[in-house]
Amino acid sequence: MSKTLGTIWQNVRKKRRGEGFTALAFLAPSFVGMCAFFLIPFADTVRRSFFDVRGVNFIGLESYVSVVNNGAFRLAARNTAMFVAICIPLLLVISLGVAILLRSIRPYGKLFKTTFLLPLAVPVASIVLLWQVVFNENGLANTVLTTFGLEPVNFMGTGAAFWVLVFTYLWKNTGYNMILWLAGLDSISDTLYEAAHVDGASKLQSFRYVTLPCLLPTVGIVSILSLLNSFRVFREAYLVAGSHPHDSMYLLQHLFNNWFQNLDVSRLSAAATMMAVMLLVIILLMRRFLDNESD
Amino acid sequence: MKAIRFIPLSALALLVWWMLWFMVMGSLMSIEELNFTIRPALAGDGGQATWPLLPTWPTLQPLVQLLLDTPQFFVMFWNTFRLVMPSILGQLVFGAPAAWALSRFRFRGRRILITVYIALMLMPFQVTMVPNFLVMDRLGMMGSIWAVVLPFAFSAFPVFIMLKGFDAVPRAILEAASIDGAGPLRTFVSVGLPLGMPSILAAVVLGFLEVWGAIEQPMIFLSDPATWPLSLFLPQIVAEELGLAMVASLFMLLPAALFFFFGQKYLELGIQATGIKE
Repeated sequence: MSKTLGTIWQNVRKKRRGEGFTALAFLAPSFVGMCAFFLIPFADTVRRSFFDVRGVNFIGLESYVSVVNNGAFRLAARNTAMFVAICIPLLLVISLGVAILLRSIRPYGKLFKTTFLLPLAVPVASIVLLWQVVFNENGLANTVLTTFGLEPVNFMGTGAAFWVLVFTYLWKNTGYNMILWLAGLDSISDTLYEAAHVDGASKLQSFRYVTLPCLLPTVGIVSILSLLNSFRVFREAYLVAGSHPHDSMYLLQHLFNNWFQNLDVSRLSAAATMMAVMLLVIILLMRRFLDNESD
Repeated sequence: MKAIRFIPLSALALLVWWMLWFMVMGSLMSIEELNFTIRPALAGDGGQATWPLLPTWPTLQPLVQLLLDTPQFFVMFWNTFRLVMPSILGQLVFGAPAAWALSRFRFRGRRILITVYIALMLMPFQVTMVPNFLVMDRLGMMGSIWAVVLPFAFSAFPVFIMLKGFDAVPRAILEAASIDGAGPLRTFVSVGLPLGMPSILAAVVLGFLEVWGAIEQPMIFLSDPATWPLSLFLPQIVAEELGLAMVASLFMLLPAALFFFFGQKYLELGIQATGIKE
């Protein structure tokens, strides 16, 4: 008996080790590249954040202090935080609304689904011209406003620039989130709705007590992905308004780029390290939260 | 009652349809008409931009000019492909086996490794920019296309998408293959790859859209304008060559649109894969 157990154990170990070696062979190319181009240089970035620009003399937290005290950094951090805080809830609500509407008009939703996904595929460079034509001072948006007897808005030169960016982000990302919501909505079992219906729940009640709780796990993942997609809006901002746009849409990404132009490696490293740590904390918290939710 | 639901959807959809309309009609407009309609928005010398529903005198002249008189455009178009193709090839050649290993094999450190891939996938370019710069500088690759291609080729994102796809391959099929005497490589090539094809295609579609439209990476890492992709070239000609910019914008959209329309199913699949939590 103990002999058989022993053999089984040995076989399991052999198999494990065998799989380990095979796995290593499959993983090695990707893992080596990941280490060479991301992990090791990232460790170097963290190291550089504590050294001077030439990477020779240790200067402790000096770069961090200088980053945090930097006026441009504060402006950019505040704008970015505000952008995220406004965009993500808006995007979540709009894309959920679109997903629910789409499901309710099945089977006619296909054309709309394609339509809302399309902006995702549109390269930013090819809509630069369009955005300028629409949002510049004598642009089409103002033509429409004045036609209706409203005051024209200086979209790019005032705080309105921030809202142009918000609009762009929503325009681009609604489709992505819509797909995630649709998958979440599809996974809710019909029997739950039937049970709610039998219990006399109204449509609104069954949305409140069936749909929303069942969507909770989706909310977490959609928020994380929306947060990450929000960093990409820099492309639009940069192409439409250049490296020094109106203050209201000066984002962390502009700052990173401008520091990069000056080869300010120490401050850049410190800022990148802080950003990575912050994102990691958010992601880990979200994962923890989601794991608890599903248990 | 149901018809009411079409109204908000159509209103939102109009924002997308109008964009396409603008780009197609703008490409058919003569330079005189463009000067009259949208030049005011760009030059800022008085007047107000307008946009007719249809061009007054549709013309193919800007298109012909782009195709015949602008060799620079073809160079940029080709440059973009030179970034896209090796990037995607790398994502498949390095990424697919890695995704297979993470999905199918049980070994120590697997969960940690998956977490590392996910964390890396979630890092925006602003974080990876500095590390990438440091290593490219060290390797003397700054300015070459490899400084853009290599980080894309080893991107964690396609690995994650394919990992999700391989997870869906039933274990029973693999066991059958192994009983038939297929080794791990054989199983991967003749069972894993065909059955995981939808997610591999999803990775290709998402990868193409990502690299085709990339701006930050080429802007930071490519110093020689002769190697610039379309995405850096277009914003430059907007001001001076209106007609050309219109047609070039449409051409830049075209390959992405083709990938989108033929790969929409896989695009959706890829997006869904990011929504399944680990």
